[in-house]
Amino acid sequence: MLRQRPYLVEALLAIGLIAAPFILPHLGFAPDTVNRILVWGLFGIGFDILFGYTGLLSFGQSAFYGTGGFVAAYLLTRAGFPYVLLALILGMIAAAAVGFLVGLVALRRTGIYFAMITVAIAEVFYFVEFNPLAHWTGGENGLPGVPAPTLYLGFATVHMSTGWSLYPFLALCYFIGIVVALRIVRSPVGAIFSAIRENPLRAAAVGHSVHTYKLAAFVIAAAYAGLAGGLLGVLQAFMPPDAFTFETSGQLVILTAIGGRGTLFGPLLGATIWLYLQDYLQGSLGLGASWKLVLGLVFVLLVAFLRHGIIGGITDLYRWVSGRAAPAGTEETASLPGFEIGETQDASAAGTGRAAAVAPPPARRRPAPGFTGPILHATGLCKYYGGVVANADIDFSVNRGELRGIIGPNGAGKSTFFKMLTCEVPPSSGKIVFEGRDITGKTVTEVCQLGLTKSYQVNQLFNRLTVRENLTIAALAELRGKFRLDLLRSLRTFPGLREQVDHTLELVNLVECRDTPVAQLAYGEKRRLEVGLALASSPTLLLLDEPLAGMSPSERAETVTLLRSIGEGRTMIIIDHDMDALFNLAERITVLQEGRVLVEGTPDEIKSNAAVQEAYLGGVHGVIDE
Amino acid sequence: MITWTNFVSQLFNGLALGALLALISSGLTIIYGTLGVLNLAHGAMFMLGGYAGYVAYEATGSFVVAVIAGTLFLLVVGVAMERLIIRHFYGRPHEDQLLVTFGLGIVMVELVRLFFSSLSKTVPPPQLLSGITSMGFLFYPTYRLAAVGIVAVALLAMYIVLYRTRLGMIVRAGIEDPVMVDSLGINVYRIFMIVFGIGAMAAGFAGIVNAPVASLTPDVGEAILVQTFVVVVIGGVGSFPGAVLGGLIAGEIISVTSMFNPGYAYVMLFGAMTLVLMLRPQGLLGTKGRE
Repeated sequence: MLRQRPYLVEALLAIGLIAAPFILPHLGFAPDTVNRILVWGLFGIGFDILFGYTGLLSFGQSAFYGTGGFVAAYLLTRAGFPYVLLALILGMIAAAAVGFLVGLVALRRTGIYFAMITVAIAEVFYFVEFNPLAHWTGGENGLPGVPAPTLYLGFATVHMSTGWSLYPFLALCYFIGIVVALRIVRSPVGAIFSAIRENPLRAAAVGHSVHTYKLAAFVIAAAYAGLAGGLLGVLQAFMPPDAFTFETSGQLVILTAIGGRGTLFGPLLGATIWLYLQDYLQGSLGLGASWKLVLGLVFVLLVAFLRHGIIGGITDLYRWVSGRAAPAGTEETASLPGFEIGETQDASAAGTGRAAAVAPPPARRRPAPGFTGPILHATGLCKYYGGVVANADIDFSVNRGELRGIIGPNGAGKSTFFKMLTCEVPPSSGKIVFEGRDITGKTVTEVCQLGLTKSYQVNQLFNRLTVRENLTIAALAELRGKFRLDLLRSLRTFPGLREQVDHTLELVNLVECRDTPVAQLAYGEKRRLEVGLALASSPTLLLLDEPLAGMSPSERAETVTLLRSIGEGRTMIIIDHDMDALFNLAERITVLQEGRVLVEGTPDEIKSNAAVQEAYLGGVHGVIDE
Repeated sequence: MITWTNFVSQLFNGLALGALLALISSGLTIIYGTLGVLNLAHGAMFMLGGYAGYVAYEATGSFVVAVIAGTLFLLVVGVAMERLIIRHFYGRPHEDQLLVTFGLGIVMVELVRLFFSSLSKTVPPPQLLSGITSMGFLFYPTYRLAAVGIVAVALLAMYIVLYRTRLGMIVRAGIEDPVMVDSLGINVYRIFMIVFGIGAMAAGFAGIVNAPVASLTPDVGEAILVQTFVVVVIGGVGSFPGAVLGGLIAGEIISVTSMFNPGYAYVMLFGAMTLVLMLRPQGLLGTKGRE
């Protein structure tokens, strides 16, 4: 859509902002209303990055709006600070700093808890403003007399006061706010924000420090809120204490939901509708105080029937109307704006892409210096859940370059064993050494960054992102490390990213559906993507938890070829119930039973082992295979 | 000056507020635990209970009728809300559930404002419980004292329903694993409706019982909602004993801090919540892994 050409959105916005003062008065907008819309819009940009992109619904943004507003207003009034612009920036920085501290507490929990904690924190700010800090904030009187900015042009001085004379300043602030936000959502960080929204667990497992990125989103939202709060004071020439109320936070959520989350422009549109209707219902219809009831009802209906707000509704309508003309599969759901797929893809490779034809990406070559010996060495691993013993006294060792199979009846503790190796669950006792480093007690993110990762038994994908975007998320973890704040860097020009993603796409044979959202893939394709996600971060040791589960015979054959090819030059451990496939692939097999290692050996030794036959067939002696 | 009597009297205030918060929070927490929906309209329901009771009181002049009316009205509102709206949101993301209950809360508040204006209304305590009781060293309003008892009885009733009846057993099982309850052949949606009704009823009951203590305005639920959030975070989501414990702790913190400086009541409350989040993120009596 609009994202195909660079700077098109920015240009359209600039035109719109310039045209607005000439058009809006004819539609019945008062200049003050337009200015307030811009302030809400700016406030909402940061909130949309937090809620729409990162998936964190905060009901406490008023805390930062108020903080930024009061710091700026205090500086400009009581402290007698002369520079309006600098005061606004200081307010923004103060809000961001407060956002950082609040984020440290609020982000300890997710989901519902997060929402409740943000509400509680914002309420504290309200009371603190009113009481302990009343000396500085004016308490319930607020801070009157906030000056408007003055612009020295050398030859003339422009005094802005209210109405349209202030509009250019606010419009410029909004424009800069959008330009920065567009850069952020198109950066690697923006891509990771979306991944966290879709599946935080997997985002952490491919090697991103999810908590730190969430904190970054929280601080960004607080900074936007702080700037908007400062502008509110300038706009009204008065900093009102009700900036801190729960109602402010609530209205922000409503505006964003009405306009459409995950669009950056949603809050602006939502504010336009909300404030226009408010003026209209109160003024023209003479509804008085009950305008809020009407808008509340409108909001409930909108949430119920138009799930992605008005912008989302228009997009859906556009797709639906143009859907017959466009070929199926071109639609983008919640696409990352940084991806524009050009025509550079080799069509012949796309058509025939046999898995085995492509060389796998090299494993990362960064073992601990001077280290030789087994790549993975676990000793005495135990895991208890209450009285249930999932794993007991497992000693396990894998050599570099080996392809190891793990089999065992259901409930033998295979998946728990894998979870301990990748540090998803801490062992009750025992020690895990990877490439000579003790990794016991590390996080799944750290371990992935060291080069050990796994594909999940139950698909853990980023469902509303496309196949290419999914693989990009994983590749970024390897290329950028677990955290980097390159907010303004373009994802498109990230060195080495495109090659790595394209390579993985070919390897797992998903070139044809590279731009399809994951939710629309067939099961077998999702399974291959699951392996691809683990592969895209170029691990040295790859664990695969039942990669063949639920596949048709032909899909199995294809996947076995794939596994064989990625096993070249890499160490892999595979859990599966398909023994034909595993006996074929693996050099050695470990059999788990009731949480313990039953036996370990070559496929032939395992096949003829009486204990294994006992475990699987309950004492019927003979050959398992055939 | 803070005197011994003053302190004890504030402890009683804390107990009264705590018991009230415990009752409201237990409704919020069992709704969330079972349905997975955080009801942001819960504060509005508390307010609505007060107003329903007020209407009944104005019509009949009987406080008992007012309490019954406020409670039953909210049972009806809760059941209707679940059947007509909330039910369609079980399959949708948490955020949508938050948004819709938030919107419904606004609609309730504004409807009440439309019919009753923003001016405060009062429901006097019943004749029998009006006046002041001497407790030897301390004079305390009789109704406030009685309210603690009334709420305690309601909490006990809630406890009996949850822990001593078949329904309660199913509800507690539903908090642990609604899918499993459904596959055992129990109509889990019917349970959801009942739980939502009970939760709403508890909020409504608390609303009318509290009406003689604090006067009614359409916005009375907002502060209560925020306080119940803190209670639930401190006590642990989905835990009835957690809600009771958290309620009492929050009530005492607010009252005792107010004795020194009311402006710091929320700061202390928030401090306690932060402490719990640092030391025991799942809440004092919460279960790990329940979000």
